[in-house]
Amino acid sequence: MANETVAKVKVDPRDAKLSMAHFFVAFSALALGGLMGLLQTLVRSGKWELPWGIDYYQVLTVHGVLLGLVLTTFFIMGFQYAAVSRTTGGHSNAARRLGWIGFWIMLIGTLMAATMILLKEASVLYTFYAPLKAHWIFYLGLTFVVVGSWIDGAAQIMTYAKWRKNNPGQPSPLLSFMAVINTVMWIVATLGVAATVLFQLLPWSLGLVDTVDVLVSRTLFWYFGHPLVYFWLLPAYMCWYAIIPKIIGGKIFSDSLARLSFILFLLFSIPVGFHHQLTEPGIDPAWKFLQVILTFMVVIPSLMTAFSLFATFERYGRSKGATGLFGWFRVLPWNDARFTVPFIGMAAFIPAGAGGIINASNQMDQVVHNTIWITGHFHLTLATSVVLTFFGISYWLIPHLTGRKLTKAMNKLAIIQAWVWFIGMTFMSGAMHFEGLLGGPRRSAFSTYGGAKQAAEWIPYQVAQAVGGSILFLGIILVLIIFVNLAFFAPKGEEEFPVAEAEDNAEKAPMVFENWKLWLGITAALILFAYTIPFIDIIQNAPPGSKGFQTWNKW
Amino acid sequence: MHMHKLEKIWLIFGISALVVFLTVIGVSAFYLGNKPPSCLTTIDPEKVDQQKPFDKPGLNKVEGKAWDYELVFVASAFSYNPGKVEVPLGAKVKVIATTKDVIHGFNVAGTNINMMLEPGYVSEYTTTFDKAGEYLIVCNEYCGAGHHLMSSMIEVVK
Repeated sequence: MANETVAKVKVDPRDAKLSMAHFFVAFSALALGGLMGLLQTLVRSGKWELPWGIDYYQVLTVHGVLLGLVLTTFFIMGFQYAAVSRTTGGHSNAARRLGWIGFWIMLIGTLMAATMILLKEASVLYTFYAPLKAHWIFYLGLTFVVVGSWIDGAAQIMTYAKWRKNNPGQPSPLLSFMAVINTVMWIVATLGVAATVLFQLLPWSLGLVDTVDVLVSRTLFWYFGHPLVYFWLLPAYMCWYAIIPKIIGGKIFSDSLARLSFILFLLFSIPVGFHHQLTEPGIDPAWKFLQVILTFMVVIPSLMTAFSLFATFERYGRSKGATGLFGWFRVLPWNDARFTVPFIGMAAFIPAGAGGIINASNQMDQVVHNTIWITGHFHLTLATSVVLTFFGISYWLIPHLTGRKLTKAMNKLAIIQAWVWFIGMTFMSGAMHFEGLLGGPRRSAFSTYGGAKQAAEWIPYQVAQAVGGSILFLGIILVLIIFVNLAFFAPKGEEEFPVAEAEDNAEKAPMVFENWKLWLGITAALILFAYTIPFIDIIQNAPPGSKGFQTWNKW
Repeated sequence: MHMHKLEKIWLIFGISALVVFLTVIGVSAFYLGNKPPSCLTTIDPEKVDQQKPFDKPGLNKVEGKAWDYELVFVASAFSYNPGKVEVPLGAKVKVIATTKDVIHGFNVAGTNINMMLEPGYVSEYTTTFDKAGEYLIVCNEYCGAGHHLMSSMIEVVK
């Protein structure tokens, strides 16, 4: 068994090809979406205007769709596909074919949606709230992306199931288990957005029905919208839990607790969408509060995660002879980009998580709801914690897949990139948080609001955001240089795909964690508990439906 | 499954803090009445102007209610009606608003009045204006090309 594991430490080259296909799409999305982000911050500073009739809200739609939906979904599917391949011994031909089919369907869907956005037929932002009505091809494109991701994810599930069948009574490899948890959560969550797109928005945009029930659509969207952010976060947690310990030369603190925390994320990420709808009419405040309580249950696995990670760091440091309360901190491998880049992301999650607690706190949300504070919040969570971890993964995964090496020079550039990112984000996200507390709205072009005194106070923060945005764009250029180097130019060699082991004294993970009937059953029960009654209320007390509006600038 | 003693202490402390926290916001919401705006009244979005109270946008004095005034706003792309309104200092006001077309936001900058306006629904929030000055109302949900131009003003005067 041990020899077999050693022999299979490389991802099968055929699987590597599919993973790389995902990463090419993901990093192309990063390049274009990042440029759009720069343009937005420049426009909102009030010092610059978009040329050639390009519209601010069109740029904003491109930015959100490319970075929030395309970069994330393609990177995550590519990474998880490789992680399952690496830890199970490779995908079967059937699973690989499924993966390719999923990839192409996602890509076609992306191109359909992108075309409509470029034609100014879909300046509806990446949340596409009805009754703003985009072209039907936009909605169909999004459907393709979601369905493609299901098929892509099914490849991972298939390979996991095959491993389980071949290894009865054994707990599955940790990284495969985590990838499958995230894929299952994604499938359950996307049922909501698929329902509103297929049954409401597509027929409505095709003219088959005249009106749409706005609150039903929003509720289905947010049933999906919150687990979406955990879908982004869990692959970063996979790296923090199961890969970083190997990179620093330590061990996983506890394999079982890592699995338990992932199961808790599966259970408590979905029945919580109302905390995005706290200031909305038409939803009973008692049900809002119930979902707020369920939302806060994710604090428990988050605390477990924080404990495990720092326990790993401290134990490793002490094993290297570090003394004192914080002596272990200094001996961590700060010159290794594979560690330092995700670590900066991890550190960013402390203020990011604190901000999230404020946002979800029922009535406290009124202070910040839809202000640019929220934008600042998810640029710390997604655009720092998650994205820096994804960059950190790329620095060993891309050369591993392309048969190259991360050189010393690129390693150094990667560390510089992460600090550039950190500085840029401190300016941009920091200024967004402060402006939001003063009431500055999100998703808005530059405006003096008729010379209002309060709006004048917001402008200096918007200038700071443009400074931060420019620094971040420099960071994007650096990461693209590293990506292209690792994909095409770095010297040939073997780069390790690090997979950590649990501490020697950690016992075998209980098999109950692999009991999918149980966990899917509890997931379904919690969703039904949190949503059935308020959803029936929303449908029964619905007002007359809304016809569609296209209030954005057209070509 | 083994759990380290320090981790148990950490989790017990964390979960206890969580329970206290949720109790505080729960008591604040349901005992002290600080619930987020959650009005359940519906309206035909195409007949807003003909229906009470939206046939008379602006500040209206009311009698025999727990509040002194009703401040009625009708939102549509890309403006609020009224575009400016004076409110007497210290008045207890129920803000009532809705939209005639797409979703809009209704955020009175510098206050806790922040609610979504959705077609077919009425949004309400009761508050006391106890500080004089100008308060800018901004639309904080994307509504189209003129989203960043959509605003109104509340002047709280002595």
